[in-house]
Amino acid sequence: MKRIISFVFMLVFVVALVGCGGEKPKAQEDKKEPAAKEKLKVAFIYVGPVGDGGWSYAHDQGRKYLEQQMPDVETSYIESVPEGADSERVLTELVEKGNKIIFATSFGYMDSVIKVAQKYPDVKFLHCSGYKTAENVGTYFGRMYQARYLTGIIAGKTTKSNTIGYVAAFPIPEVIRGINAFTLGVRSVNPNAKVKVVWTNTWYDPAAEKEAAKSLLEAGADVITQHQDTPGPQQAAEEKGKFSIGYNSDMSKMAPKAVMTSAVWNWGPYYVETVKAIKEGTWKSSQYWGPMSDKIVDLAPYGPMVPEDVKKLVEAKKQEILEGKFDVFTGPIKDQTGKERVAAGQKMTDAEMLSFDWFVEGVDGTIPK
Amino acid sequence: MTQEFLITILATAITAGTPILYAALGELLAERCGILNLGVEGMMLVGAVTGFVFAVRSNDPWVGVLAAMLGGGALALVHAFLTVTLQANQVVSGLALTLFGTGLSGFIGKPYIGIPVENAFKPVTLGFLSDIPVLGPVFFHHDPLVYVTYILVPVLWFFIYYTRPGLHLRAVGENPAAADSLGVSVYRVRYLYVTLGGMLAGVGGAYLSLAYAPTWLENMTAGRGWIAVALVIFAIWNPLRAMLGSYIFGGIDALGFRAQAMGVMIPSFFLKMLPYIFTILVLIMVTRKAMANRVGAPGALGLPYDREER
Repeated sequence: MKRIISFVFMLVFVVALVGCGGEKPKAQEDKKEPAAKEKLKVAFIYVGPVGDGGWSYAHDQGRKYLEQQMPDVETSYIESVPEGADSERVLTELVEKGNKIIFATSFGYMDSVIKVAQKYPDVKFLHCSGYKTAENVGTYFGRMYQARYLTGIIAGKTTKSNTIGYVAAFPIPEVIRGINAFTLGVRSVNPNAKVKVVWTNTWYDPAAEKEAAKSLLEAGADVITQHQDTPGPQQAAEEKGKFSIGYNSDMSKMAPKAVMTSAVWNWGPYYVETVKAIKEGTWKSSQYWGPMSDKIVDLAPYGPMVPEDVKKLVEAKKQEILEGKFDVFTGPIKDQTGKERVAAGQKMTDAEMLSFDWFVEGVDGTIPK
Repeated sequence: MTQEFLITILATAITAGTPILYAALGELLAERCGILNLGVEGMMLVGAVTGFVFAVRSNDPWVGVLAAMLGGGALALVHAFLTVTLQANQVVSGLALTLFGTGLSGFIGKPYIGIPVENAFKPVTLGFLSDIPVLGPVFFHHDPLVYVTYILVPVLWFFIYYTRPGLHLRAVGENPAAADSLGVSVYRVRYLYVTLGGMLAGVGGAYLSLAYAPTWLENMTAGRGWIAVALVIFAIWNPLRAMLGSYIFGGIDALGFRAQAMGVMIPSFFLKMLPYIFTILVLIMVTRKAMANRVGAPGALGLPYDREER
């Protein structure tokens, strides 16, 4: 008897759990369905919780922007979807629910997206930061390194110890490219400054990221920036009374005294453009790597501690980038050993930038092989 | 420089290890009475979020800690009900509660993401103790929640091995039928320690959101609850060794990052692996009954107890 009760109890519990998980999107659908049945359904999958205050949060801001700008579009999302085989199931479910456009917002969804897309040719898939495409699969990403370079200028002007700390997740080209762009920005205004790098080997662990930032502060850094998914490093800087530059979304709320600005993702305009193009039938699969002039990457508002002349300097450089007059990775660029890797006047190609595996001069750290 | 470096590493190992220590002590109590609780991660998260919410609302971190205890304890009570009264599978119930706790904490915490808490726990010095060279800065420049563990760990150790209720606790975990025949209420003991364990896990979560981070971000425990579960086995169900183990776990990251900042690459993957390897070794060891008895593994761990089937 007890066994049966316990079984029933567990069953109820599990059903309640599943119910909790699916509640959000369902509630949204119910509310809007009677009003207009012809709404275009767009779904998003996120690798982290929307409350991470970083990567997934930024994507979700984009989703909200899309819904606001296009009232005839209905959006839903599923958060904390693990990369790999599980994402295939989630993608299939979303298609079965009638979504016509799906944005998969993490690198590790790549193979699942391609697989599911083959089965459903009339659904469009957009995959963030990947490199595999198909007739109905496009990729998208932004040239974050342009914003990184600009924040580097602020850091280079701010540092007194000439040591800047960079908390980095994994040694992959995307992260290395960001570190290099940032360092070039720093050295453009302060050739004596060094950028110290500490790898955390995690995308999401606020406490560990904070700890890594603390180790950099102890090693003499007085400005901290990061390539992680949470504001942990910013809080370390705030506590020690030092400065910091955020990433992903505006992090000034989390560390108001420390954050000078943040290099931010601004996915909203891209989502609106893409959904419009698909609706009008003008969309074609492509590998989109959006520059700053498309507003996909930007700088968050400056904190009150950033002096006027620095702001002017940054804005001037930003203008050059927006007008296409300046490219971050233009030679001469030397690597850590002092060897010239990019000749004067030469520009690095996209392919070269996408496979970065070396640090520029001025980076104090190693790339684990 | 080297002395200062060592002090920082050791002091950081303690702060980084404290959330794991609280959770591990909680898990240790539950396992000592024979209940495997895999819901620690969920209980930590619920503790972290309730602690944070109440600390922000009341502007008093101790109110937060109390709320965290209630939050973690409430979830553990569900586990006790499922596994003790209904004799459900402990693994399934624990995993379900971790999923549930993760979701629930995310739901409760939505409006509190990223906001700062004004009155977070701050390091407090303890007079002459903090002035002792080397030992002072390592052990006595911490926040009050760390000092609590300095007392809690030896007290728990003494309680488990040298008191009558401690004996009952161990007896229930070792052989519930025998304990029952001696008049110890197995159900009551298991309810009590599973719930207490959940409360401690809750405090562990609150330590992250109120002292270590201090902020609320979804899923901020990032797997520390699981480390705590492994750690209890690593510690062979002894609170003193759990303390040591927590500090080792905490110290590995602290050491790894600081070595990197000084330009030395140490293979952090290897260091992080070591405690788990030891955990597996202990698990292999306790599969042999004689060995299990000698190291003191709870004999009835994971087994439901039914009076009628005695």
